[in-house]
Formats: sequence, C-alpha cells, structure tokens
Amino acid sequence: MTRKLYIVPIAHPRQENLELLRRTLSEIFTIPAEFLSLKLNIDSVYNIRRNQYHATEILAMLLRKMPADADRIIGVTNLDLYIPILTFVFGEAQLKGRAAVVSCFRLRNEFYGLPANNDLLAERFAKEAVHELGHTFGLIHCENPTCVMHASTYAEEIDLKNYQFCPNCRAVVNSKIR
Amino acid sequence: MNTSEIGILIVDDESSVRDSLYKWFLEDGYRVDTAADAKEALQKLQKQTWDIILLDIKMPGMSGLELQERIREIDPGIVIIIITAYASVDTAVTALKAGAFDYVTKPFDPDELEHLIRNAAEKRQLTRENLQLKEKIIQLNPEETIIAESPQMKHILELVDTVAQTDSTVLIHGESGTGKEVIARAIHNKSKRRLFPMIAVNCGAFPETLLESELFGHEKGAFTGAQYRRKGKIELADGGTLFLDEIGDISPKTQLDLLRVLETHQFNRLGGNQLVQSDFRLICATNKNLEEEVRKGNFREDLFYRINVFFILIPPLRERKEDIPALVHFFIRKYARTMNKPIYDISPEAMALMKNYTWPGNVRELENAIERAMVIGKPPMIHSKDLPFAQTSTAAVSQPESDSLEAIEKAHISAVLTRTHWNIKRSAEILNIDRVTLYNKIKKYNLQRP
Ligand SMILES: [Zn+2]
Ligand SMILES: [Zn+2]
Repeated sequence: MTRKLYIVPIAHPRQENLELLRRTLSEIFTIPAEFLSLKLNIDSVYNIRRNQYHATEILAMLLRKMPADADRIIGVTNLDLYIPILTFVFGEAQLKGRAAVVSCFRLRNEFYGLPANNDLLAERFAKEAVHELGHTFGLIHCENPTCVMHASTYAEEIDLKNYQFCPNCRAVVNSKIR
Repeated sequence: MNTSEIGILIVDDESSVRDSLYKWFLEDGYRVDTAADAKEALQKLQKQTWDIILLDIKMPGMSGLELQERIREIDPGIVIIIITAYASVDTAVTALKAGAFDYVTKPFDPDELEHLIRNAAEKRQLTRENLQLKEKIIQLNPEETIIAESPQMKHILELVDTVAQTDSTVLIHGESGTGKEVIARAIHNKSKRRLFPMIAVNCGAFPETLLESELFGHEKGAFTGAQYRRKGKIELADGGTLFLDEIGDISPKTQLDLLRVLETHQFNRLGGNQLVQSDFRLICATNKNLEEEVRKGNFREDLFYRINVFFILIPPLRERKEDIPALVHFFIRKYARTMNKPIYDISPEAMALMKNYTWPGNVRELENAIERAMVIGKPPMIHSKDLPFAQTSTAAVSQPESDSLEAIEKAHISAVLTRTHWNIKRSAEILNIDRVTLYNKIKKYNLQRP
C-alpha cells in the first residue's frame, strides 16, 4: 500500500486555488498528495477575545483523525491562526512529526491593503506548506535566503525564497523519504 | 550565526507560553529549555551555561526581578529579556535598570521576537569577546576612567599608585558622586590582587540583617527565605579586594562583626558553624565625617582605627573646576559610543554653564547631565538648551549686575532658587544657611517667585 500525503481543507471553500499547492507538495516530497475532507469541530479552538484559531490544537485534531494510509497530513485554511505567545502564525508543524497546518489568511495582499493577486497568493501558500512539512522531516530554519526552510515572518519575505529545499535541506529530506 | 551554539532558557509559569516558545526556538535550531519557576530556573543555571534568558517578570514565589538579580550573580554576561503580560512600563524600566537587555509584552509579533533574539545573541557574543579584551585593557591602562587635570586629582593618582603597591587598608572620603568606587577600583587594578575580583558592597543599601547575610553569606535555612546556601561578599573577595561603600551607615552589631573579621580574616556564614577563611584587601568609603561619628558614639573607635590606615580625600567637583572640561568630553565620548549617536562636542556657551554650575551631586550629577543631553540633543553637538539647568539659570538670573559682593550674592541665591523650583528647604541646604536667613535675603533683594 502506497502511503499518502493528505491535504485537509479547513474552512477553505475554493479548492481550485489549492491545486498548485497539491502539485507542488506531491513533486517535492515525491509522494501522492490527495485532498481529504474531514469533519473537524473547528469552533472548539476559536478564541473569541483574539478572533483567531489555535494552531496547535488544530494539529492535535488532524493527528486524531489521520487515516491509516497517511504518511503525512496537512491542514490548509484561510482562518487566522495563533499560538498563545505570538500575535499570529502563518502555520505550524510537529517537528519530526506527521502533521502540519498552514493558513493563507495573512498571505493575501489585501490583508496589507495591496491589490489582490491570486497567483502570488497561491505561490506563497504552496511555499509555506512545503516549509511546514519540511519541519515534520526534522528540518530547522535555514540561513540560505532562497531555501524554502528560510524563516519568514512577513509575507513579502516568502516571495524571496523558492519552493525548493537548498542542497543541505534536500539531503535531510531525501534521507527520510522511503 | 550558528544558532545551535546559543542556549536559550525560557522561564514562565504558564505552560502554554513555555511550550509555544520552546517549539518556536527549536525550529530556529537553538539549544532551548524551559523552567516553570525561579527554583527550576536556578537549578538549570547551575547545570549548564545559558546565553539568553526569557524571563516572565510576574511569577508566583520569587519574583522575576529577584530572579534577575540572582542570574546576574551567577553569570553577569547572560542576556536577560523580560516578558511581561501587561504593558507595565514601570516594571519593565526597573528590570532594564537592573540590567535586562530588553522587554516584550505578550503576545509578541513573530518578527519582533526574531529580531530581539538575534540582537540578544549578537550582544552575548560581543560581551564574550569584550570580557577577554577588557582583561587586557585593564592591565594596560588601569586608570583610564580617572580624569585628573586638577592638581588635587593628580595628587590623588600619586596616592593611588603608592598605596596600590601595599596591602594596607584604605579609607576614602568624599561627597556622594565624587567617584569613590572609581578610585577604589584603580587601587585594586594596580595592585597584585588585580587578577582576583574586587567585590563592592553598598552598606547603606541594606537593612542590618540583609547586610549581614550579604557580607557573611548564609547556610540553607538560616532564616525564612534562605532557600539556598549563599556565599557572602567577604568570601567572594578571597584573593581580591573588598570595597565597602557607605561604611558609616552600618549598625553597631555589624561594626563588631566586621571588626572580628578584620582581626582574624575568619568568620561563619549565618546559620553555620564552619569557619570560613578569606584573604582580602579592604577599601572603605564614606561621605560622613567618621571622626565626628566616633565622637558622637555612632561609630566604633577601634573599627575606625582599623580602617583608617591610609586616608584619601576626594575634593568635591566645585573645588576642582579644571577637571570639568575633561570630564564633559570624556562622558560625551562615552555616550556617543554606547548610544551610537554622532554627538562629539559641546558649544562654548554650554561648556561655560557646566563650568559655572556648583555640582552638588559631583561627577555623577555631571555624568547624568551629559547622558540626558546626549538623549535629547541633536548632532553634532550639545547646546545650552540640552542641559538640565539651562532653562532655569538663564543669563539674566545667573549673571550678577556688578562685581559687588551683594550683586553676586543676589544672583547666586536667585540661581539656586530657580534651580530648586523655589524649594526653600533645599535652597537653604545648598546655600548652607538657615531658612530664616534665606527668607530675609529674598526680601532684601526683592526676589520674585516666577
Ligand atoms: Zn518554520
Ligand atoms: Zn535550506
């Protein structure tokens, strides 16, 4: 049985925008990537005071509902994510684990008062998905500014890096792909 | 920067904060650990060295500020970043004054956190390099921070040279702010003990019991709150110099205990019965007239004779105005460097104001005035308006109408009143006259409150 990478849209109505993300993940991790719809009680991780959703708790939910043939699982959402100590996060992953989650809420140009750009958004979203899944392979942030594992704390910073791992990071991922 | 070489310890009582920060730093490749309270933090500090500590200022048990103080005792080079749940500027400023590097208010922006940690890591690396450099500089130029243009200060430097070659006890007398500790340090740095520490204790800053534990140390459980065995400053000064500032302020009991230590160089920690030895040179300082305190019965005569072996008197700044320009330039250079601000000079008018002022707070007041001027002033130079007394002692009030004694007295009283914002009690103190006399002079010269 081939193990799969499952992409779980969470409150993300427009699946067609996710095609670039799916294809990129599949190519880069050399694994079949498929969409999976799960019933998640997302309201339970909503923080009314912050008007945001707790990323770590979403990870826990994904892990609980992970199918038996899943190698990795990633939630994709347009909800605004947070962890308690930070004002927001683009995404979160289990370091050396199986699950990740990414949000496009703050990747949109409109969020920063700029004209909408759907292609750019799809690119940023795909890169952040690769980045978060990279952490599940045990990768830490990379100093190389074009490597997808380079840390980005604001959206334009994502545009400076590739979808690809640098040779060092690539070697780590390769050693872990069966 | 190789993040794996940097150790970050997170100290917070909230597990969600610890966990999310832990994970965040792990993804950056730092060596990272957490502690839920001060006790756990101290344990982890004993076991391993840490470079950066993120510290919640508000925790149950020992407060963040107290813990900050302990950390600085263990390793003064650790960069401490304060985490605060409230936008409490006061607490944060207290922490910054106590040496914290910076503070952040929960929750933080990812970007802010990343920059803060990078800066902290750089600062830590610089401190490490500086420590090694500093050792060398001290040996090359031990008196580098002593400005001595006046004959009085030049004479003091000669005394420092002489006494540094001996192991004799030194008593330094001077008004507050004259730089007694700087002189003590110069003696230490020129002595054969310079490779050991000089440990300074401000005796006036502690109540009796705390001062005793500060000086002699204590065993675990010696009193409520003594949760750890702690070495006292006398023990820490072993091989080096013990500097006791404000020696005139210590209680009769501590005077007696100190006398015993000076006779035997042996003592017990509080709550302990094991004799501890320490080989130190003693330097004391005071702004009181100790002979008079002895006459009044406030200070033990035997202790006075034991500490008053070699006497150095530092004159107040107003009696050695030749030192003022050099001091002004020294502090301008110092703050230009630390603030990274390109102010390198002072206008002639501003320098004239500095020279004419009486400096009741001496060198420390002068340094504070320069520091403040460097903050509010604009490059390339400090102007009169940047000085704290500029607005109050304008030319009109400080310039006497003629050279007659009366005119000078009038101008001087007027300047002091303006400086104290017409605080009669303080003005009378500064002028060294009683309040009735001051009121009479105000009436005589027809001085008006603005
Ligand atoms: Zn990351
Ligand atoms: Zn890389």
